[in-house]
Amino acid sequence: MNPVNYLYLAALLFAIGASGVLVRRNAIVLFMSVELMLNACNLALVTFSRMHGNLDGQIVAFFTMVVAAAEVVVGLAIIVSFFRSRHSASVDDASLMKL
Amino acid sequence: MSTTLAANALAATSTSTGEAVQFWVLGTVAVLGALGTILMRRAVHSALCLGGTMIILAVFYLANGAYFLGMVQIVVYTGAVMMLFLFVLMLVGVTAADTLRETIKGQRWLALLCCLGFAALLLGGIGNASVRGFTGLEEANAAGNVQGLARLIFTDYLFAFEITGALLVTAAVAAMVLTHRERIAGRVSQAEQSRQRVRENVHVPPLPAPGVYARHNAVDIPGLLPDGTPSELTINPTLRGRGQVRDVSGEAMAELAALEQRTEEHLGRDQDPADRTRNGRAGVRNGTAVNGSAKDGSAKDGSKPNADGPASDEPRDPDEPDETGADGGGQESKGQETDGSGEKEKAK
Repeated sequence: MNPVNYLYLAALLFAIGASGVLVRRNAIVLFMSVELMLNACNLALVTFSRMHGNLDGQIVAFFTMVVAAAEVVVGLAIIVSFFRSRHSASVDDASLMKL
Repeated sequence: MSTTLAANALAATSTSTGEAVQFWVLGTVAVLGALGTILMRRAVHSALCLGGTMIILAVFYLANGAYFLGMVQIVVYTGAVMMLFLFVLMLVGVTAADTLRETIKGQRWLALLCCLGFAALLLGGIGNASVRGFTGLEEANAAGNVQGLARLIFTDYLFAFEITGALLVTAAVAAMVLTHRERIAGRVSQAEQSRQRVRENVHVPPLPAPGVYARHNAVDIPGLLPDGTPSELTINPTLRGRGQVRDVSGEAMAELAALEQRTEEHLGRDQDPADRTRNGRAGVRNGTAVNGSAKDGSAKDGSKPNADGPASDEPRDPDEPDETGADGGGQESKGQETDGSGEKEKAK
């Protein structure tokens, strides 16, 4: 097996995550799909690192993880404050800039 | 894992068989978990599926020689991020199920089509790239994976690393600012709440308990109003939102009808069914009035069980003593006893 198979898997996971973002309406599930896409990118970066024999890919994956963690913190805080004002976590209800 | 890596010579073209088996088995599970993430109706199930996929990805990182990232993946992603997701799910409430109503017509199918095309492009792009061999990480990991990463982070990527720290601090402050609520009025005390209820004159007493006048007093069974319909007030809104409310009112009414029918048969009254349904509304009062004879009827039924249909298997009446418990099935009789004790508690 060539490690390029990991890239195929990463592409598949990324596509699945993208379809989740487009299809689902619940903001939390939407966020999970974004996490799935980020994870797929990380898998691709780690595989690149192995294929090229240097650790730069892993460094970039590490930074991706940090950014993803920050993104989740802010995003979930937005979801919580949104839920407080609308009593709903559906992105369809976010149709107004202000209540 | 390290043995499989050590077996790979420099510029190898193929990994070990063990890693191939691991990839095909776990890769399948990872794709299934990803599909579960986007297909599950309930967000909690999606989160659990995503957690499984993330753990499998951690195993793949380890297999690819990224030992540090594999551990960070488990600790940060499945440990912290997924738990944060579950926390927010608990805050938002498990009732927040996804609506399957399409707001834009045909959007779902278009989205799926776009994603299929996107996946085909990605996979085709990777397939077209002429990748023959791979270098492997033996040389880069020679001094240790963590040491190698640390050397890069604190030399080449130092500036990015510092900015990452600033980003994390900003994110923490942002989360606090976003979720902080300035309390304008004071907290409403319980005494004030009760005065408010009296002033508004709606639900001055506490809400009715579940299972009042029903045959069960479990929390997921609504209490019945005198006419036998379930009362919405007796059920926790969370259970209603989850769709976990069990309605046994129809069952109770059917049992009552069967009981009345047997009573009438026993007393020798002959009533046509149209008449009986007309009198069905008075069933509650009727049932209690003929309670003593109902016991006789059930005792007679005990000698010939299942004589007249499944509904008449056991005429369950809350204030009936253990007679039917003796001749009924074990599980049913147990339910009867707990019901009886529940009724006694309510009577107190």
